[in-house]
Amino acid sequence: MEALLSEWRLRIQPRRSQTIRITSKRPLFAVGIIAALALLPIVTVIGIALLGETDPAQWRHLTQAVLPNALGTTLWLLLLVGFGTTVIGVGTAWLIATYEFPGRRFFAWMLVLPIAVPPYLAAYAFAEFLTYTGPVQGALRAVFGWQSARDYWFPDIRSTPGAALVMGVVLYPYLYLAARVIFLMQGRNIADVARTLGAGTGKVFGRVMLPTARPAIVAGLALVMMETLNDIGAVEHLGVRTLTFAIYDTWLSRGSLAGAAQLAAVMMTIIFSLVLAENWARRRQIFHGSRATQMMSRPVRQLPSFGPKLAMSAACALPILFGFGIPVAVLGRYAFNRSEQFTSPALMDALGNSILLGAVVAAVTVMLAFTMLAAGRLERSRLLGSLSRLSTLGYAMPGTILGLGLLFALTTFDNSLDRFLRANFNISTGLLLSGSAIAVGYACTARFLALADANLRAGMQKLPPHIDHAARSLGAGSGRSLFKILLPLLKPALGTAYILVFVDTVKELSATILLRPFGFNTLATHVYENASRGAVEDGAAAAILILFLAMIPVLLLSYSLRRDKPV
Amino acid sequence: MISSAARLAAAATLMLSSAAMGAAHAADGETVNIYSYRQPDLIKPVLDAFTEETGIDTQVLFINKGLEERVQAEGENSPVDLILSTDISRLVNAKDMGITQPVDSEDLANSIPDEYRDEDGNWFGLTRRGRVIYASRDRVEADEMDYADLADEANRGRVCIRDGQHSYNLGLFGSLIARWGEEKTEQWMEGLRDNLARRPDGNDRAQAQGIYSGECDLALGNTYYVGLMQTNEKEPEQQEWAKAIKVIFPTIGEHGTHVNISGMALARHAPHPDAAKKLMAFLASDEAQKIYAGQVFEYPVKADVPASDIVKAFGELDADDLPLSEVASHRKAASEMVDRVGLNQGPTN
Repeated sequence: MEALLSEWRLRIQPRRSQTIRITSKRPLFAVGIIAALALLPIVTVIGIALLGETDPAQWRHLTQAVLPNALGTTLWLLLLVGFGTTVIGVGTAWLIATYEFPGRRFFAWMLVLPIAVPPYLAAYAFAEFLTYTGPVQGALRAVFGWQSARDYWFPDIRSTPGAALVMGVVLYPYLYLAARVIFLMQGRNIADVARTLGAGTGKVFGRVMLPTARPAIVAGLALVMMETLNDIGAVEHLGVRTLTFAIYDTWLSRGSLAGAAQLAAVMMTIIFSLVLAENWARRRQIFHGSRATQMMSRPVRQLPSFGPKLAMSAACALPILFGFGIPVAVLGRYAFNRSEQFTSPALMDALGNSILLGAVVAAVTVMLAFTMLAAGRLERSRLLGSLSRLSTLGYAMPGTILGLGLLFALTTFDNSLDRFLRANFNISTGLLLSGSAIAVGYACTARFLALADANLRAGMQKLPPHIDHAARSLGAGSGRSLFKILLPLLKPALGTAYILVFVDTVKELSATILLRPFGFNTLATHVYENASRGAVEDGAAAAILILFLAMIPVLLLSYSLRRDKPV
Repeated sequence: MISSAARLAAAATLMLSSAAMGAAHAADGETVNIYSYRQPDLIKPVLDAFTEETGIDTQVLFINKGLEERVQAEGENSPVDLILSTDISRLVNAKDMGITQPVDSEDLANSIPDEYRDEDGNWFGLTRRGRVIYASRDRVEADEMDYADLADEANRGRVCIRDGQHSYNLGLFGSLIARWGEEKTEQWMEGLRDNLARRPDGNDRAQAQGIYSGECDLALGNTYYVGLMQTNEKEPEQQEWAKAIKVIFPTIGEHGTHVNISGMALARHAPHPDAAKKLMAFLASDEAQKIYAGQVFEYPVKADVPASDIVKAFGELDADDLPLSEVASHRKAASEMVDRVGLNQGPTN
């Protein structure tokens, strides 16, 4: 890896000298502030870990009885989810980009859909679907005449492979989106060249397409891994004791927040290596990206024979069926039995809050991510680069832990401000930030900055630097070239980022439930409230609304991609 | 562009804060603010009755993880008056964190038995739930059992439980440690682990389903789930699960069944302490106890208020009289024991 890095440095040197240097410190300053705000909750958690009481017996217990299993389970889960999402996401993207088969345009559009399904709802739906009294086992018993569970063996969804299946089918769209864009644009030309040189389909995929798409795939994979790590809802429901789960046990069952924060710090180390890996992959992407956009060609698709055609349709239909069809069917049935819930004013209120929160958080997050990347384009400094990478770490933190960090930080600020103002001006501001929905918005922004950053970064890297140079040489200032040239060119990437952050905010549960003020429920917290009696089906109406609210923008996004235009 | 983006951000902030202000505004009159581990819909009937009787409004915020940390962090500006919890260890934890204050009320002291309230008046129990054994009607003959029997070799491969780290199980294990000591409890837990029919997972209902499906014959569960399943009109198949099981009230040697409580605590910095105390008194009244316990199929904490008919049909609850604060004090030991024994890994062979 070190060798690769130095090779990369050598190759990138000339480009760096071309960059027009500016003397202003403003970019660094802006990124510094954003990074400080984004890292505030994480730094607070690390503070709790370091300053909290450290009980040696507790650590011994964690390292002996908890960590080995939790680490093993987590790595196993990451491996399975990573493998599964890569096969599904990259595989379907490849089929869609390369072949013509029945339903191709429809699948191209629909394959993104499962991203609308939060893992905790998917876990619930799958558990119900595959349980003893569910439709699958019921049908098997009816067909084979079995009388009870002791008469046959059925794979248990409440297991690590089961959890990997559940997460895999709702998380693969991150890879599908990344791979599809790459296959559609830059890969196309290279693939055509390879084919004219006599390479067969398999060779084109393995030797040409896959290596070119690798940076994008690794970037998508990093997002998937972080989503897997931060999940608590699905693993809790399926009884898969990951590191995140162990953090919760340490905190809630053994009353040690410091111990939990220490485990969270262990997890941050894993995440940090993921981010580094992603970073490394992205740097290489600069290379492939910038030139290929200039030559676009209409994709030429191969027409396979009948059998393979059908197999391809099936391969694309299955992920949609699993990742979207089953959750909608299971939750839809429960919601249907409770249709009166749809008219409840509380649910409408929650719907409104979800839309408002999602819209605002997505706007702010995309704006911040754009600011960081624009600053990075103006000033290529290592410090600035590291700061903007660091500020995306929040994505991998379990929501409750991030929420706790933010809670302590914001209440400290609020209470100090209140004390100061009361002492000097006799004004009480109370819990200015932590007592309002701003805290929830802040948490979601800190969590999903990585998502906006990943998408904008990919979009930005496809814009060759000479575009800004041209603008600058024609007399435009750096700001003008950013806003008049880059921003319009980035519109598709901005749109993608906005939609993904919106969808994730609508799905967000654990930080929202901890931080929201009186009278502020979102759809996700509404589901959870109703389900808190131990029966998720009582929250089915709100759950269905989440799926549909998240589905609309996802379909819009997917539709814009369907025209096969590069982002 | 910058200014329009800034304007957008400003407008957004305004919208979010006004959404919050609306909520804060409602808190100005006489209102009791409640942070609750329990679903707001479940306590609504009692709270409505309270508002009708006293004219005092209530508002509830459901938080199920980090409730105590939130109150602690909010400090003196915290809006919360009353904390409602569904587990003894959360109540004890709230007291230990210094986020509660004692309530010196003769009414509360008289209506709530000693073992279900804090000796300093920092928390009070409201309802009780027994941690009982669900047994297959077809495959289990016994009608009386000791928790010790769950580890008996005769029951190899017959037992189902939910996650060993769940607070309901930790509560039971804590009371066993109090009664038996750590060593015996750990041996028992190893036996229980070896007797498991499957890896611990799902909620208490899923254990009843396991008996219905034939995977297990015995399971640990809370009493009220049986009531919830029996009366589930929306998912009638759960009524079938409930029919497959009978409730056995296990003993701990000569002591009765382990019970846990849901309860309440007055927040240390409660902005409306007087209104909150009125609500506390109301929640402990016969009227509220009847509504509340009937709603959730739990046992009223007051001895003279009868349980609902559905609950009474389970049989007679003879509760262990161990002070619940002692159960909570063994929670950490119980949690570590679960890890050490590997209970959640399931049967070893």
